[in-house]
Amino acid sequence: MFDLKDLYQEVIVDHNRSPRNFGKLDDADYRAEGFNPLCGDRLNLYLKMDDDRIQDISFDGSGCAISVASASLMTEALKGKTRDEAEKVFHEFHDLVMDKKQGDMESLEHLGKLAALLGVKEYPARVKCATLCWHTMHSALEGYTTPVTTE
Amino acid sequence: MNNPIAEKLTTNIDSIDVNVIRADFPVLDQKVNGKPLVYLDNAATTQKPRQVIDTINEYYRRYNSNIHRGVHSLSEKATAAYEAARETIRDFINAPATQEIIFVRGATEGINLVAQSYGMTNLKTGDEIIISEMEHHSNIVPWQLLCERTGAVLRVIPINDDGELKLEAYQSLLGPKTKLVSIVHISNALGTINPVKQIVDLAHEHDALVLVDGAQATAHTGIDVQALDCDFYVFSGHKMFGPTGIGVLYGKTDLLNAMPPYQSGGDMIKMVTLEKTLFNELPYKFEAGTPHIAGVIGMGAAINYIKSIGLDNIAAYEHDLLDYASAAVSDIKGLKLVGTAKKKTSILSFTLGNIHAHDIGTILDHEGVAVRAGHHCAMPVMERFGIPATARASFALYNTREEVDTLVKALKKCKEIFG
Repeated sequence: MFDLKDLYQEVIVDHNRSPRNFGKLDDADYRAEGFNPLCGDRLNLYLKMDDDRIQDISFDGSGCAISVASASLMTEALKGKTRDEAEKVFHEFHDLVMDKKQGDMESLEHLGKLAALLGVKEYPARVKCATLCWHTMHSALEGYTTPVTTE
Repeated sequence: MNNPIAEKLTTNIDSIDVNVIRADFPVLDQKVNGKPLVYLDNAATTQKPRQVIDTINEYYRRYNSNIHRGVHSLSEKATAAYEAARETIRDFINAPATQEIIFVRGATEGINLVAQSYGMTNLKTGDEIIISEMEHHSNIVPWQLLCERTGAVLRVIPINDDGELKLEAYQSLLGPKTKLVSIVHISNALGTINPVKQIVDLAHEHDALVLVDGAQATAHTGIDVQALDCDFYVFSGHKMFGPTGIGVLYGKTDLLNAMPPYQSGGDMIKMVTLEKTLFNELPYKFEAGTPHIAGVIGMGAAINYIKSIGLDNIAAYEHDLLDYASAAVSDIKGLKLVGTAKKKTSILSFTLGNIHAHDIGTILDHEGVAVRAGHHCAMPVMERFGIPATARASFALYNTREEVDTLVKALKKCKEIFG
């Protein structure tokens, strides 16, 4: 049977307790809001670009452990990446977590710490918690201003 | 046990044999995630006893047919069962007349019917509708839409830190502009039992009508609409051991007669020409189209089930369980109850340290315990208490003290995981 520890791995508990890159970026070039009306998760994402590269990225808001840890891990993973690289990670992560693609060793290695979130696959109701920040990031990069929802 | 109330309670509880009751609910006998199911999401929907399931099954297997129009035997049998359920429901809430029982999809549709039919006809710019801060979204949004369309104004009774209505504030909201008060009988998010009779009397002093949202009440407390003197009362079958998709709007005859139809079509007419339609009388005027026949018959069976146990017995048993559960969770450090009204039903809404309600829900589910996590369709309540969500355990007559113990153990597990 599936173990809860596979969902709430140490890295997730840690990033929930002390989220990285948490807070507002005053000089952000892009800002987007994500909202999950079902559970009330709400986050703001801030992006500071250096030409095509994500120079700085942060988030604030409130949500469950999965959504906070996912946002925290995402900001770590994307800092310094180009727009295209960020979109690529988004699609890779999204496909794996939505179970569209079986994770081979190479893609798991590629995802690094983000792989810790793949435990949500066993909890269909919680997948949205892990993907909210990614959809919000995607929308921020596209320059959309309407809030993203996962419903 | 020298306290006469306590003695009475014990006597009542003895009259409920929870093992016999549990055997009536097939769904309870299963494992979820390898653990025995502990179903504590009764405020969202209750489980169904075999008496209800069998009644619906029997209808579909033996006499499924349309009602009020067939001259054949099956149709007559279905019509008789449908109308017998209406009478059962009338008796259950002590309505004066059977025609005052209107079948709708649920409490939500009942409120929408009144807002659309009564509200659109009678409310105008500057009129006031009073609701409260503890309403379910279904008793907020229909009134907001009505206000947008008519220019009426929505006023809100605030609640205190225990989750009780501030009655003095309610009194000061009432005035000549008040046309309607729409108030929840028992709060789904907090468990608070509101003093509905007092609310009705105060409104009537100002010639305002009162709608009572009884969705959360009918499985837990006896309803007497004549004693309450409310003008409308709405409730849902699925929260009282009946099927989903069926509910009731009770309304006083004079009001219902004066109201225009809400939806139109078959069954709600007396005569139709291509120029004009003569509407049917009550209750059919408000029941357009083929209704949820199985749902109505099933809801009647659910009420017969409740009556066979006795609402007083149910209330006493659940109250004992609530006391036991409240005491048991009070030992968990960091657990904070949201909703501590002096008068409340068997609902425990709570937060646990910084652990988000959804994480609690997942971990509890892993232990076989089903609770609701979220805003309970009462976002203003969450805002009032400054929290995004709560976890909510809600008990019914088939829950046990052992299940409460399982809940407590599972909550301790949440704390272990999040340290």
